[in-house]
Amino acid sequence: MTVADDRPVDKGGEIRVIPLRHYGRWLSVAVVLVLLASLVKSLITNPRYHWGIVWDFFTHKSILEGLARTLTLTVIAMTIAIFLGTILAVMRSSQNRFLSICAQGYIWFFRGTPLLVQLIFWFNLSALYPDLSFGIPFGPEFFTFNANRVITVYVAALLGLGLCESAYMCEIVRGGLNAVDPGQTQAAQALGMRKGLIFRRIVFPQAMRVIIPPTGNEVIGMLKTTALVSVIALPDLLYSAQLIYSQNFRTIPLLLVACIWYLIVTTILTIIQHFVERRFGRGTEIMSRKELRRKDSQAGNGPKAALLRGADDVGR
Amino acid sequence: MRGQVAVLIGPSGSGKSTFLRCINHLEKIDRGRLCIDGEFVGYREHGTVLYELHSKEIAQRRAQIGMVFQHFNLFPHMTALGNVVEAPIHVRGLSKEHAEEEGRALLAKVGLGDKADAYPRQLSGGQQQRVAIARALAMHPKLMLFDEPTSALDPELVGEVLGVMRQLAADGMTMICVTHELGFAREVADNVTFMDEGVVVESGTPAEVLGSPREKRTQSFLSKVL
Repeated sequence: MTVADDRPVDKGGEIRVIPLRHYGRWLSVAVVLVLLASLVKSLITNPRYHWGIVWDFFTHKSILEGLARTLTLTVIAMTIAIFLGTILAVMRSSQNRFLSICAQGYIWFFRGTPLLVQLIFWFNLSALYPDLSFGIPFGPEFFTFNANRVITVYVAALLGLGLCESAYMCEIVRGGLNAVDPGQTQAAQALGMRKGLIFRRIVFPQAMRVIIPPTGNEVIGMLKTTALVSVIALPDLLYSAQLIYSQNFRTIPLLLVACIWYLIVTTILTIIQHFVERRFGRGTEIMSRKELRRKDSQAGNGPKAALLRGADDVGR
Repeated sequence: MRGQVAVLIGPSGSGKSTFLRCINHLEKIDRGRLCIDGEFVGYREHGTVLYELHSKEIAQRRAQIGMVFQHFNLFPHMTALGNVVEAPIHVRGLSKEHAEEEGRALLAKVGLGDKADAYPRQLSGGQQQRVAIARALAMHPKLMLFDEPTSALDPELVGEVLGVMRQLAADGMTMICVTHELGFAREVADNVTFMDEGVVVESGTPAEVLGSPREKRTQSFLSKVL
């Protein structure tokens, strides 16, 4: 090539590239650093945080009991919500209009009323139905419970949180199911697979990839929403902290105790989500480059593999 | 006819794919009769009434018909081998070892013996389509349906898929192919059918339909394609 002569070439024969300088970014970094430093300084030097009290109460018996209750509520409520939400999503996508409308009605009601009201409602269910019975309408009843005995605070909390959350989970699951290419179902059908099997082995694992990130959001949201159960006097993490500071008036330190615990649990949940995403990201871009390359070397080298490596080299 | 290769050609929207999909009941039939080995695919005949079959029976009949799609429709979350053994394990009820042994043999047959552990997105289009053919063969179908198997491929990759199909035809597999590869039709087909606007325009040996078509519509279609 003739043009090569007048290119800016240094002695080594390589072209020197001077990247664009981002002065605005450097200024922003400086501003943020100053703000961060002053925040850290005040956290350490302001005696009114009472860090000593925070650590004293950090592993206090009733705080730990509250934490355990918050965790159990989150896990059970989310389990109910994911299970019920999946059923609702399947109903909602059913070709049977009646089932679809029922699911829509459920979502409409539970998304449309405040969770706080739902919790209080479940707690006071016995005022509406003193006896709960199981049977055929206008027909025989098989067994009967005393509502006050069955709907304890705990059950009311689980019902309120789980049923409301399942309406949201339904939409998340439905979005995931819709995101799977209908060709996948057809290919599975053509292989003679039946509906249940197709759902379990083909559609659901692929939908999971889309379902997991918003579900992770919902789990973390639920962790903190459980604090609402204090209205029906169930001592969760936050309410336990409140009960203590209502006696010793150390409001801020005890709120800090609760917050630190919430942050720790959220961190753990985020890490778990990362691994679950990896598990369901098999065969997709979520799978790390390293794994793909390992698979490549096992499988011989395809043109796609070469492309991926090329992209990786550019990134370096 | 058993052991024969039938090729369907025609412009887009002429009902070739729909017909193919009717054969394994992915599409419902409004009128007419469609039998494989004397049995309806999605229905049971009782007197003058056709009853739609339960999904279990439909699945059983579909399992005997292999289908290859234009866009491969491989399961992206499974490896090539995983795709091939999925239905044999869960539908035919084979043991994992037995299915994998068979699966590896099938992958070798389509020339992908070394790609068993690759995920679909690591394979080229032609390789993906060959895995899809191996997946369909794993069910030991008595009939194979090909729905434009090469239409989504780079011209360079068409050959490798047609090669596998040629081999299958030579092995005596009964095949119905919707394709725009007229060269393939001329070489492999026992019967070529030209369709337009949902109806069969003409049908016969490749020499008759492709060589000296009788109908005007066929002539004008072929003159544009060739």
